[in-house]
Amino acid sequence: MKIGLFIPCFIDAFFPEVGIATLELLERLGQEVVYPCNQTCCGQPMANAGFNAECAGTEALFVRNFSGFDYVVAPSGSCVHHVRDHFDAIDQTPEVVQLRARTVELVEFLHDILKVDAFPWARFPHRVGLHNSCGTLRRLRHASASELNEPRFSKPMDLLSKVEGIEFVMPARPDECCGFGGTFSVFEETVSSKMGYDKVSDHAGAGAEYIVSADSSCLMHQKGCAERIGVPLKFIHIAQILNGAAA
Amino acid sequence: MTRQGEPRSARPASEDRDAIFRDGRRLDHAEASSKPLHTPAEAQPRGARLRGNRPVDQAEAAGRFIAAPAHQKMHDERLWDLRQKRDREMHGIEEWEELRALASAVKEHALTHLDAYLEEFEANATRNGVHVHWARGAAEHNRLVHGILADHGARSLIKSKSMLTEECGFRHYMSSVGIEVIETDLGERIQQLDNEDPSHVVVPAVHKLRTDVAQVFAATIGTDPDNSDVHYLAEAQRQSNRPLILAADAGMTGCNFAIAETGTFVVCTNEGNADLSANVPKLHIASIGIEKIIPRLDDLAVFVRLLSRSALGSPITQYTSHFRGPREGGEMHIVLVDNGRSARLGMAEFWTSLKCIRCGACMNTCPVYRRSGGLSYGATYSGPIGLIIDPTFNARKYSNLPFASTLNGSCSNVCPVKINIHEQIYAWRRELVKQHEVPFAKKAAMKAAGELLSRPAAYRAAIAATRTALDHLPDFVVYNPLNAWGKGREVPQPPRQTFHAWYHASRGGKS
Repeated sequence: MKIGLFIPCFIDAFFPEVGIATLELLERLGQEVVYPCNQTCCGQPMANAGFNAECAGTEALFVRNFSGFDYVVAPSGSCVHHVRDHFDAIDQTPEVVQLRARTVELVEFLHDILKVDAFPWARFPHRVGLHNSCGTLRRLRHASASELNEPRFSKPMDLLSKVEGIEFVMPARPDECCGFGGTFSVFEETVSSKMGYDKVSDHAGAGAEYIVSADSSCLMHQKGCAERIGVPLKFIHIAQILNGAAA
Repeated sequence: MTRQGEPRSARPASEDRDAIFRDGRRLDHAEASSKPLHTPAEAQPRGARLRGNRPVDQAEAAGRFIAAPAHQKMHDERLWDLRQKRDREMHGIEEWEELRALASAVKEHALTHLDAYLEEFEANATRNGVHVHWARGAAEHNRLVHGILADHGARSLIKSKSMLTEECGFRHYMSSVGIEVIETDLGERIQQLDNEDPSHVVVPAVHKLRTDVAQVFAATIGTDPDNSDVHYLAEAQRQSNRPLILAADAGMTGCNFAIAETGTFVVCTNEGNADLSANVPKLHIASIGIEKIIPRLDDLAVFVRLLSRSALGSPITQYTSHFRGPREGGEMHIVLVDNGRSARLGMAEFWTSLKCIRCGACMNTCPVYRRSGGLSYGATYSGPIGLIIDPTFNARKYSNLPFASTLNGSCSNVCPVKINIHEQIYAWRRELVKQHEVPFAKKAAMKAAGELLSRPAAYRAAIAATRTALDHLPDFVVYNPLNAWGKGREVPQPPRQTFHAWYHASRGGKS
C-alpha cells in the first residue's frame, strides 16, 4: 500500500514534531510513505471564511500532489474534513472524487484501515484528557457524540488504550468545542479565548496532566489559552503518543 | 400535634435555599432558575449596538457580555443545565433518533406541499367558525390585527409569547396606534418592561440575573429594588399583571403547530398564559407563521414528544392547549403570515430552516451563544438558528452573524427536526461572499492566500524569507493581524525548522 503523507500548512510551520511522529509511526507499521514536496495546504482557511472560488488553485495543486496514492493520510481532522466534505471549488472529476474519498485522518487510518492492535513501543505513564476536535467528533465520527442517542464508542480512546501506563480523565463537558474554529479564533477572539479558558480549566479540574488530540490547531489554541491564564497543562498530538513519545 | 423534634429533611447545604424537595429529590422549575448572586451586583450588559442597516457587530457585544462575568457564568451554566436535562430525557426514549428522523420527514413533506395544506387548514378552520386572514409581511400583519381590534373597539390586548410577533415589531406598532399590549409570559413581560427584545426563543430573559429583574420591577411596578427573592418578584408581577389581564379587551396567542386536517392549532406553554390570553377576553387572535402547518393530528404526537424534551429537558410543557373555534359569544381570528417564508422556501440551500419548531435546543448547546448572550446578535433570532434565518431578512445587516460560529456542529445534532444548521452556516458564508457582503480587507487577504498556497515555490520562498514561519503564517492562514490572536492567548513559539525543512535534511534523497 502506498501512502501519500499530507502535512497541513500549520503543522509544517508550527508542529514539525507532529509530522515527524506521523511519518515514523506509519513507517514502523510497515507502510510505504511518500511526502510530496510541492504540497502546501488543502484550502480550508479560505473555504471556511466563505471564499470558495479562492480555493480552486490550492485544491488543484492538492490533486496534482496526491492523485494516485492508495490513501492520503494526514494528522489533522479538520483538514481531512475539508477535503472529504467540502473541497468543491474545482471540477469533480472521477479523479477528484476518488482522491477525496481516499483522504483519511491518521486515527481513522490506524483504527479502521490498518486495524492496529498494539503499539509495543509506546509507553505514556500520565493522566491525559482526550480532546476530540469538532470535525473529528461530529463529521469524521471518531467517537459517539453526547448529543445523539447512540452506542458509545471512541476510536482515539481505543488506540490510546493500547499504550502502556496511560490513564484517562474525563472533563465535565467532554464534547464542548474549545473555541478555535479557524478564522473564528481571530474574528471572535474574545469568545474564542473564553471558550479556550473554560476548556483547559475543565480538563485541569478533572486532573489531566496532558490534553491529547488528533488536531494540532485546537491544541495550539488551547496551549495559548492555558499559558495566558496560568493553567499548568501540557499538550500533545495523538501521533506522538502512539509513536512512543516519552513525554 | 407538633412536628417539632422530627428529623429535618436532609438537604445538601450547598443547594439553593429556595429549592423545593420531594422524596429527597430536588424539584426544579420547568424553565430552571438562576442561583442567588453572592457577589456585589454587576450591571446587566446590554445587547448589540444597532446602527441602521450597518452590519451588526456581534463580536463587540459578545465581548461586553464576557466582561460581565457573573452574567456570563450564570448564562452559560443555566443553559448548559438545560442541555444536560435534554440529554437525560433523550436517553429515556429508545427511539429518539427515529423520532427526530420522523419529525424531519413530516416537516419536509408539509413544506413541500405547503400550498395544499394551507388551503386545507383554511377551509377547516373556516368550517370551525374561525375568521382566517392572510398577511404577506410584517406591516400587513400589524395593520390587519389593528383592523380587527379597531372593529371591536379594543384598547388593550393581552398576549402570549410569539417569535412571529417579534419578527413583525408588533408591540412597537401597537404602541404607535395607541393600543396597550400586555405580555403574559413572565420572561417576556420582564423584557417588555425593560424595553428589551427576548434573548432566547424559549426563555426570553435568560440573560438577566434576578438582581437585574429586581431593578426592572422596582422601576416599573414598584417593588423593593434590594429584594431579589424570586417568589417575591414573581408574586409582585402576578399582582400587577392579573388586573390588566382581567380587564383586557382582546387576547392574542402565537402557535406551535397548526393541523391541516382539523383546522385546529396548538399552543404550548409552561405558565398557562396562552390560555389566559385566549380565554379571558371574548376576542382571540392567533398569529401563525405559514411554516407551522403539519398535515394530521397524528403527526402532532411526534412533535409534542420532541418539543419540550429538546427545549427544557422536561417530558412535556405544563400546558398543551388545542384551539378549535370561538367559544360561545366570542370570536376567533387566525392570521396566516408569510413574512419572507415563501422566499426562504425557494432557497435551495436554506429552505429546510423552515422546519424549525423554535425549541431553542441549538441555542442551549451552542458554546458561542452561551458565552455571548442572545442580545449580542442584534436580531429577532439569535444563536445557531438565528445565524441561518436572520440573513434571509437582511443579508447586509446580519452579514457578520454566520461568522459567529466555530462550525462545531452540536446544533445540528440536538435539532429535533434535523436541520443541518452548521452546514447552512457554512453555506451562508459562501453566499455572503458571493453577494459581496464581507469586508474588502478580508477578501483581499483571502485572495492573496489562495494565490500563494497554489504556488509551492512562492509559498516556500515566502516562508523562508521571513526567517521563522511564525512571522508570516498567521497573516495568511487567519487573515487578521497577529495581535487579535495574541490578545487573549500566548503566541506559539516557532520551531527551529519546518517539517518540510526537516524532511529535506533527514530524508533528502528519498522523496
